[in-house]
Amino acid sequence: MIGRLHKTAPGGSVAVADANDDRPFLEVKDLFVKFPTEDGLVHAVDGVSFTLERGKTLAIVGESGSGKSVTAQAIMGLLDRHQAKVSGEIWLDRLNLLALKPAEVQALRGERMAMIFQDPMSSLHPFYRIGDQIIEAIQAHRSVSKSAARHETLEMLKRVGIPAAARRIDAYPHQLSGGMRQRVMIAMALINSPALLIADEPTTALDVTVQAQILELIKQLQAEFGTTVIVITHDLGIVADVADEVAVMYGARIVERATTQEIYEHPEMPYTLGLLSSIARMDRDVTGRLEPIRGNPPSAIRLPSGCVFEPRCPYSGLTGGLSKTTRPELLPTGSGTDHLVRCHLLPEQRREIAAEVMGKLRSVKA
Amino acid sequence: MSEGQNGSIVQVRGLRTYFPIKSRSLIPRVVGQVMAVDGIDFDIGAGETLGLVGESGSGKTTAARSVLMLVKPTSGSVKIDGTEITGLNARQLRPIRRKTSMIFQDPYNALNPRHTVGAIISAPFEIQNVKPEGGVKRAVQDLMQRVGLNPEHYNRYPNEFSGGQRQRIGIARAVALHPELIVCDEPVSALDVSIQAQILNLLHDLQNEFNIAYLFVAHDLAVVRQVSHRIAVMYLGHIVESAPRKTIYSMPLHPYTRSLLSAVPVPDPVRQRQRTRIVLQGDVPSPIDPPPGCVFHTRCWLYERLGKPERCRTEEPLLRPFTTDQTVACHFAEELVGQGVGESAAEAAAAAAALSATPDDDEPEAGADAGATIQESPVQQA
Repeated sequence: MIGRLHKTAPGGSVAVADANDDRPFLEVKDLFVKFPTEDGLVHAVDGVSFTLERGKTLAIVGESGSGKSVTAQAIMGLLDRHQAKVSGEIWLDRLNLLALKPAEVQALRGERMAMIFQDPMSSLHPFYRIGDQIIEAIQAHRSVSKSAARHETLEMLKRVGIPAAARRIDAYPHQLSGGMRQRVMIAMALINSPALLIADEPTTALDVTVQAQILELIKQLQAEFGTTVIVITHDLGIVADVADEVAVMYGARIVERATTQEIYEHPEMPYTLGLLSSIARMDRDVTGRLEPIRGNPPSAIRLPSGCVFEPRCPYSGLTGGLSKTTRPELLPTGSGTDHLVRCHLLPEQRREIAAEVMGKLRSVKA
Repeated sequence: MSEGQNGSIVQVRGLRTYFPIKSRSLIPRVVGQVMAVDGIDFDIGAGETLGLVGESGSGKTTAARSVLMLVKPTSGSVKIDGTEITGLNARQLRPIRRKTSMIFQDPYNALNPRHTVGAIISAPFEIQNVKPEGGVKRAVQDLMQRVGLNPEHYNRYPNEFSGGQRQRIGIARAVALHPELIVCDEPVSALDVSIQAQILNLLHDLQNEFNIAYLFVAHDLAVVRQVSHRIAVMYLGHIVESAPRKTIYSMPLHPYTRSLLSAVPVPDPVRQRQRTRIVLQGDVPSPIDPPPGCVFHTRCWLYERLGKPERCRTEEPLLRPFTTDQTVACHFAEELVGQGVGESAAEAAAAAAALSATPDDDEPEAGADAGATIQESPVQQA
């Protein structure tokens, strides 16, 4: 590491700040999260590394248990340090979050980084008026008067599209519909203009027409405030709609990472290919049967020792047993590219397979 | 296979299912009604899939449950194989139940955790007193094999299976007696995307094998499109449009169908970012106090575009045949003929106009019925 010691954490000599100007806005390095359970050690995140530039939107795509939400919780410092064993580095704006004390992370949460969840009631307290909750969020980080904070809250509620905001500011969460609560949660997350917003399945619980409203809102607000956004989702349609870059997670690891365009046009990892061809999609002709990925996702307690996708991969036979025994690294597919793939297949093999699968997919274009 | 009139397995006419709202006083009084399903008609032919789509609160699940008498309809007619089943008691319904079954959304809650898989799948045989050749155990193990489960797992409990496998258990139970109709209520929405395709393929194959009709309820339009022959779109207790799959996706004629289709993001970044999205304002109104006239007019972009015609506010549009196989409940569906979906400039303008319109202040709030409780049992009218 090139970083110099900029600030010493109280009671320790760990580098928490880094004066290196080249460090990207967000850098996650060798992140491991393990949960000891009665059944064994759960490897929820198994060596995740990625960087993200300011103002960009990254989509982390994966199925349940792939480690996408735990990665987000690790960034936000929401994992219980007694229950989860977290190791690695998470640099946000040149601060190493994992070297900070819980109280210091708490001070950053809401101000530098904020999170919205699938269920708005996980952020909203049912006993308090929504306005008061947002005012509290303002006053926790900034010394402003109650009336100024209320004025700011009202403006933000209007900004996120709450009709009759002047009246609703005094409503309780249960008096609002699901879509409205989601807007209130977004208002609360953005009220202190955080540099990083993590949205964990922000629209999964909502109807499609409301989902469309919320996605538009997130895009507009990002353009307006220059927020860096991480969207966690399993919906490849949402990814195509909002993301600049994509990280595909499977079995607690990132298995492919590229720009959105590249992921959809030239995917290389067999899991990504399987995902793209298994979904029912509106923009293709119906062919009767879909092409599912065979088998089930791996257990996080017994991750395969080689490639995590090996047991389900139709092409693992082509690696001469390598994918059974050796863990592949996340490597560039060619020189000078930022398209990363974790796969033992040779780049030529991958491209040949991808061309065939994608060709088949495109041939049924509606 | 015996069939009802018009070759339909299911014939639904004027189906209404209301839930009473009772006051919280000492002697509860009915103070209102949730009009969950408010007069719908549809038919399902043998071996056919009718997809019922709509957002939460549209009444699609209540409609599906009413067809199986799992909730008693308030009024209207439901015929299964030509037999009128509204008004039948539990004993009279038993022979009908043998021809129908259901697959549930949540495979975790739909299976009794204390029963083995064998017991769960053999329940239909016992309840209907069916003695298959070679014995029940053999029949159950054949079913397990058929749906992709290991027959040796006969004595295992549901918690030993993954979500996708549990859904397979539910499917084995549903097809055990070779029913003519299966109501599928969001059968894949709780499953991971890579597993959804496996289950959808299984349903497809079973339909071909046993000539089963499906009433397929789901909110995911891409999934519904994948499985359905015909699709009916519900909004606030009403069917607003019904047509064969191809027609409804290529030439939707109800403004709500159009907004619904335009709201689904397609997994193709280039196309997705070129599409015009019709963003609807606000939320679905309360089914306790639905808007007068057309139930959709409070959020309708076509209504805005046409200068808020009075007819939409005063006269309820009937589901009328537009072509031989497409029906639509909109006074002004003709306006949309010949316009592409989500790509026309006119729609973009309409959407922009609808966006800039001031949001309706008077939309009902969820708290409006505070002080009243919604009863789980439906009202019995006449």
